[in-house]
Amino acid sequence: MSEPLFVIVAILTLGGGLGVVATRNVVHAALFLLLSLVSVAGIYLLVFAEFLALVQVLIYGGAIIIVLIFAIMLTRSQEYPRISDNPQWPLAIVAGLAVFGVLAASFLWNLPPASEPEGPGLAKIGESLFTKWAVPFEVVSLVLLVALVGAIIIAGRAGDRE
Amino acid sequence: MRIVDFFLIILGLLVLFTALSVVVLSLTWLERKFLGRLQRRLGPNRTGPMGLLQPVADAVKLVLKEDILPSSADRAIFWVAPLVVLVPSFMLWVTIPAAENLVLRNVDMGLFYIIAFSVITILGLVLAGWGSANKYGILGGLRSSAQLISYEIPVIMVVIAVAMMAQSLNLIHITNFQLPGIQSITPETARLEAGIQNVPFAVLQPLGMVIFLIAGLAEVGRTPFDIYFAESEIVGGPFVEYSGAHWSVFFLAEYMNTFIIAALTALLFLGGWHGPFNPTSPQWLESLVGVVWFLVKTYFVILVIFWIRGTFPRLRIDQLMAFAWQVVVPLSFANILITGVFMYYGWPWWSLTLMSLTLSSVIGYLIYKHVTAPARKVAEVYNRRRMIERQPRRQAGRQSSGPSAGPEEAVSGG
Repeated sequence: MSEPLFVIVAILTLGGGLGVVATRNVVHAALFLLLSLVSVAGIYLLVFAEFLALVQVLIYGGAIIIVLIFAIMLTRSQEYPRISDNPQWPLAIVAGLAVFGVLAASFLWNLPPASEPEGPGLAKIGESLFTKWAVPFEVVSLVLLVALVGAIIIAGRAGDRE
Repeated sequence: MRIVDFFLIILGLLVLFTALSVVVLSLTWLERKFLGRLQRRLGPNRTGPMGLLQPVADAVKLVLKEDILPSSADRAIFWVAPLVVLVPSFMLWVTIPAAENLVLRNVDMGLFYIIAFSVITILGLVLAGWGSANKYGILGGLRSSAQLISYEIPVIMVVIAVAMMAQSLNLIHITNFQLPGIQSITPETARLEAGIQNVPFAVLQPLGMVIFLIAGLAEVGRTPFDIYFAESEIVGGPFVEYSGAHWSVFFLAEYMNTFIIAALTALLFLGGWHGPFNPTSPQWLESLVGVVWFLVKTYFVILVIFWIRGTFPRLRIDQLMAFAWQVVVPLSFANILITGVFMYYGWPWWSLTLMSLTLSSVIGYLIYKHVTAPARKVAEVYNRRRMIERQPRRQAGRQSSGPSAGPEEAVSGG
């Protein structure tokens, strides 16, 4: 891993995250989140997980941020420019630190073995996805299907009311 | 990574950007000339020989124009949005090979890379519409996200079918796979290759190519699908408030994307840099001829795109979405299905062509019937009315009754 690049990407990730919390503008927060998520993709690239990096860009950078901005644009048009402080923020800090502690502790407890300098390649990923991890994979797609059907039902009801 | 490599990459990016800018300038000139010819006019012919300097004049004018920031716009988002649109469409070019060894970075998952980064363009358009604090801008942004997300699916599905046959996501592998006498990339493809080899994918998957071109046109918002900046409805959509250099950034991105769609069609379906005349001995000559073939194919696809623009009227938004979800998406799934069946049973190559052609002609006939249904209805009613009109007139000649009886009868009858 090239250290200076990692430092740059890590600073971008953390800065994006801080920006999400600090800014008062919802849309700016969404943009900072995009910066943070794409930087995470950069970290994946640095550890040779190319497929994961591209999935990160496609799913988080594309789909999720677009849905977020969509939701913001369609719902909070009146009170748009400023977010008032949420009284729960001390609790959120505790929760965030707790999650960070758990993740860091579990990482330090059993350090993963030094990874290979090359990624496993697309063919291997696909093979293991459809043999070893076939059941979780199908379950995930089932969950997505359920969400899709639910969305259609909700939208259909809204249409009936008019 | 060494420092030299870093600078080489920067240099390569600069060269790429310059080349792309020149290509975009050439495209604007070509589009105007070609559209002019299609509409029986001359096109630009005052600036330079054959109007060749027109794009330069346009560029100078755009750069010198004042950049206006709407007073209620969100300044940061308004300025960032053009970059969010331009950067991904430029990034895509990093991995597109113009010849076998003429590519900036040959990414092993090139196709997936292209799909992943092209999604970000949507975000830029939505941001542009929202940031300019204009209702037409927001409408255009919403339209663009609906349209681009819908048409993203068929593009991905068609690309999956191509990748299934080539057993790779690497653009160089996929292109080389369409050439005779290529060694199998994986053992599983050995059986397949006996059938597939030396045929470009356009022959194997005509349906796939048509879907790719249609959905690609929708992805870049070329004219039959340009509802998100439709000038006659929402006066430019996300770009309403932009002017000067920032507008030209959007313009640059749009033409770059068009060129990408054409280049991908050439690479995935038309055999890329391979052609009937391909010398192999000196490497520079091979690359040169390869680039020429690649450009010839790409510009051919571009001309087809301009031709479509000059021929078809713009779709309505409901027509566009219905076409996406009722025609293009199911067809792209069917395309994967027939490709899978073909590969599993190892049928001879023409069987896939046959299946693909049958499917596309059946669907094409159904679309033709559907589209022309109102016109045929009108013609039918008109003919019936004329028949009814004619009969009383003959009777009127004999019996000399009132002349207005015919049309009223026709209206009540029709």
